[in-house]
Amino acid sequence: MSVETDVKTLVIDEQEVSARAGQTILEVARENDINIPTLCHLEGLSDVGACRLCLVEIKGSNKLLPACLATVQEGMEVSTNTERLQKHRRTILELLFAERNHICSVCVSNGHCELQTLGQEQGLTHIRLPYRNPELNVDASHERFTLDHNRCILCTRCVRVCSEIEGAHIWDVMGRGINSLIISDLHQDWGSSACTRCGKCVQVCPTGALFDKSKIGSDHPKYPEFLPYLNLMREAQ
Amino acid sequence: MSKLKLATVWLDGCSGCHMSFLDMDERLLELAEVVDVVYSPIVDTKEFPDEVDIALVEGAISSVDDEKKIKKVRDHSKMLVAMGDCAITGNVPSMRNPIGPEAILDRAYIQNASAQPQIPCVVVPKLLKYVRPIHEFVKVDVFLPGCPPSADTFHTALIALVNGGPLDIPALTRFGA
Repeated sequence: MSVETDVKTLVIDEQEVSARAGQTILEVARENDINIPTLCHLEGLSDVGACRLCLVEIKGSNKLLPACLATVQEGMEVSTNTERLQKHRRTILELLFAERNHICSVCVSNGHCELQTLGQEQGLTHIRLPYRNPELNVDASHERFTLDHNRCILCTRCVRVCSEIEGAHIWDVMGRGINSLIISDLHQDWGSSACTRCGKCVQVCPTGALFDKSKIGSDHPKYPEFLPYLNLMREAQ
Repeated sequence: MSKLKLATVWLDGCSGCHMSFLDMDERLLELAEVVDVVYSPIVDTKEFPDEVDIALVEGAISSVDDEKKIKKVRDHSKMLVAMGDCAITGNVPSMRNPIGPEAILDRAYIQNASAQPQIPCVVVPKLLKYVRPIHEFVKVDVFLPGCPPSADTFHTALIALVNGGPLDIPALTRFGA
């Protein structure tokens, strides 16, 4: 018995690839070892296209599309690493570095940070934009974890993992634009929120914004790989 | 070939970059064959020379004095290298930026003083409102991030700069390295 699947063929970076209908450009690219940088995307969570790092060019369109959300189309010609895209990616990273207080040298995630690594991969040696230096709080009210808004890039991975996987949805985003802030419950201290203390948000946080209090110095690698595995086990049940 | 004139400058930083520079150990001898250190916190010269080929600058711009110095360094150097995270991002010294110099000085010299609480106003230079990276004041030719950049990074980068060879800095170091 054969299962009928709708197969699409397309070209990514001059490489002919095939995909199932409904797959995203990012999924197909990664299946074919084509690297597209991402920050808000995490395997096992829904995609929101917030960070814009995965923007790609589609031949025949002036619009850049986020590879994590754009689905494949028959005959599509995708470029993932043009000069224009590299320029945008560097600028996005510079904006993230300038927006809040990212002091890598004293950050708990130094050496394990996705923002730091991406900066290096994209060739950043300095930030051309002026730093904003906002005054932001650190919420250390939780018995096990800390939220440092200075390091937050608003990727919303914590919001999604808490809502979609843990089912508690204690995290959300307050405010708009530059004033956006991750909050727990109705903007109360994390320690007095309905947090289940599962720690998933800490593991998926790409920077040092969410960290385990028992970690000191910069010895805080994170392990978000549990997510697809957990999803797979749940589906099997 | 005459030796290149190398200067190193210490602004608002912890001197860690200079320590790491010295960590090149025996490789300093190799470097000494191609450069002369004409100005540095580790040599006696007090005035920045008129003509310098390569100036390595550690530290952020935090005071009116730093601002004056970096302009002088730029005016008299062919190549200016921002050395380490403080010079490039503001790093630890910039952690006072959201708080402001008044509150910092008050904490250090008034609240925590046991005798004669007063904010120093003579000899020491006035602090700027914000600690800024040096490229916001002058043109920087090379950025060498790291806290501090490792001795290996210094060695590879300096040899490349002296010889005019290719230099892939992101392959060597990053912020916080």
